[in-house]
Amino acid sequence: MKKFLALGLAAALSLSLLAGCGTPSDPSGSSDPGGSDPGTAANGSVYYLNFKPEQDAQWQELAQIYTEETGVPVKVVTAASGTYETMLTSEMAKDDAPTMFQVNGPVGLNSWKDYCYDLSGSDLYGELTSTDYALMNGGEVAGIAYVIESYGIIVNQTLLEQAGYTVEDIQSFDDLKTVAEDITARRDELGFSAFTSAGMDSSSDWRFKTHLANLPIYFEYQDKGINATDAIEGTYLDNYRNIWDLYINNATCDPAELTAKTANDALNDFVSGQAVFYQNGSWEYTNVVGEGKLSEDEVTMIPIYFGVGDEANQGLCTGSENYWCVNKNAPEENIQATLDFMYWCVTDETALQAITGGTGAMPSGEDGMAFAIPFKAAPESSNPFVALDAQMTADGKTPISWNFTTMPSEEWKNMVGSALAVYAADQTDTNWDAVVSAFVDGWASEYALANG
Amino acid sequence: MDKAIRKYWPIFVLPTLVAFIIGFIIPFIQGAYLAFCQFTTVKDATFIGISNFTRAISDTTFTHAFWYNCAFVVVSTVAINVGGLAVALILTRAIRGTNVFRTVFFMPNLIGGIVLGYIWQILLNCVLSLLERPLLQLDATAGFWGLVILMCWQQIGYMMIIYVAGLQSVPDTLIEAAEIDGASRWQTFWKVKLPMLMPSITICLFLTITNSFKLFDQNMALTGGQPAHQSELLAYNIYYTFYGRSGPQWRGIGQAKAVIFCVIVVAIALIQLRMTRKREVQQ
Repeated sequence: MKKFLALGLAAALSLSLLAGCGTPSDPSGSSDPGGSDPGTAANGSVYYLNFKPEQDAQWQELAQIYTEETGVPVKVVTAASGTYETMLTSEMAKDDAPTMFQVNGPVGLNSWKDYCYDLSGSDLYGELTSTDYALMNGGEVAGIAYVIESYGIIVNQTLLEQAGYTVEDIQSFDDLKTVAEDITARRDELGFSAFTSAGMDSSSDWRFKTHLANLPIYFEYQDKGINATDAIEGTYLDNYRNIWDLYINNATCDPAELTAKTANDALNDFVSGQAVFYQNGSWEYTNVVGEGKLSEDEVTMIPIYFGVGDEANQGLCTGSENYWCVNKNAPEENIQATLDFMYWCVTDETALQAITGGTGAMPSGEDGMAFAIPFKAAPESSNPFVALDAQMTADGKTPISWNFTTMPSEEWKNMVGSALAVYAADQTDTNWDAVVSAFVDGWASEYALANG
Repeated sequence: MDKAIRKYWPIFVLPTLVAFIIGFIIPFIQGAYLAFCQFTTVKDATFIGISNFTRAISDTTFTHAFWYNCAFVVVSTVAINVGGLAVALILTRAIRGTNVFRTVFFMPNLIGGIVLGYIWQILLNCVLSLLERPLLQLDATAGFWGLVILMCWQQIGYMMIIYVAGLQSVPDTLIEAAEIDGASRWQTFWKVKLPMLMPSITICLFLTITNSFKLFDQNMALTGGQPAHQSELLAYNIYYTFYGRSGPQWRGIGQAKAVIFCVIVVAIALIQLRMTRKREVQQ
């Protein structure tokens, strides 16, 4: 008897020990996956694993509003910057897995295609302004782009005028080079540099190893009339080198220090008026404009001139790497609840205002997400960079599409980034050859690994 | 008392045993199984045999990380233990303020590895840029010595505490006897103190060797494996394979690397334990 008691006590003790390791209970209280009561969304719940940390507060608020309106619980969890894949991998293995998640394009889809619910019959798909914004997996609609973004070179017009130029003076790569080198030559007199630090720390290197690297890929694809390839030739890598040289040799810091420079360093350079040009995208708007930062009419965005093609008619780089996917392994009622929630996000007035609006657009009075979204009911985005992109397209300029979603792997980007950083510190032809090799040979080998 | 323990041992053993099974044994077995699978999430794995292991071994970044890691283990183990013992010898003499110094030397241990990594990255990069040398992330050799410096700074204090305890347990009678026999300071250290210290040395060597093999956060924060995987240690290489590469095949390869890594570390640690245990002496 005593022994039995002892065993019981021990078991109780061990349970309490392990209580901390347990998974939190399902908010809806229906933890029975694929339970006996399928069908309606009313007893389902939504779990959205959000990719963009900048918009976490807004999503939390939207989730709460939706729950108040419909009674359907919505849980939003946001992965910290750069940890989305890690988090998605571990969350997907849980019983209470995300019902709604993101992939960044065809390459990201490759990892997650077995988890993507076919959205082709959904109401959400019907709301898209163009089927181009659907991410296809064979004949299935695996993902739907929910935000369209643009990037280019953000310009501080006040400083540019102090240097004696306006944005109209910059219509090509040669113009950009002339202006930048002139500013560098007069740096002591002017008190600022042409470019912000092209930081190669992981918080910032994606601006160059991914976004800037899109240009040589885009122009090569254009020449060949393709939109993906198993082997890149690197026809325009000399142009890539020219613009990279321009960035690093006309910046606020010594090119040898770039590996240690972060995204915040570059942002500070720009916001504190130490540099005229800052390569970044429309998502950066709220970081550069506002109280204690720059004013709205001070900043504008110009295309990344590359010295290729018809530069007079070149637009911003516009596209998406944010696709919503629905987890097909989720219980039926949760899938339905998720589809309803997504549809609500792109049709409901409050939700649309929160997603597309800027200052004070949230019902709570906080700033909205200022996204441009490709759905029929969406009002125009309040983000001026997005408006600028629309204006440029209306003026007949050709936006550059986001082909970096076809880069073979993260590893490819990392190796190109690493080679770029080495080259920046010591700008020799040998080091540039290493960049070319990482770009061209790396593409072929990584493509073979990913698809072999 | 003995009787009570014999009767109630399950109370004392069971909680830890259950936690150990759930937190270690089960994941370990599952992990070993996954090394033979292709999977995206750990729940739906398909068995594919040993191909993960062949691909892991033929991965040049993994073999590079292995040799880089071995060199790191040798250098840091020697440096940390010699340093720790030297500090312990100084701080067991009758000097004023030894307790303050012991606390100060121990303190780096209380700071997390990631924080230390970033702090030392800033410090070392400043020094390197003053010397007009390439920064840590551009030079695998600089990254190597940076890691060694960081680990010494962090671990010497910890090992010092163990050595201090060991030195204090050397009986005064033995040292006195040695002095009466006319032994010099060096002879006292070499022939009397050191053999008596063998249990401490066993523990310290075990800790430094396994720590150096398992080193992860400092490596990630200090160099991030840059340039181009050249400063990657094994643990970081495994992590990167598992999470940094896209495509389902990489998870299994990462898992296979982790199994190989585990076997190597266990084997080396066992050999070391056996070798140093043999030299331990009884008073």
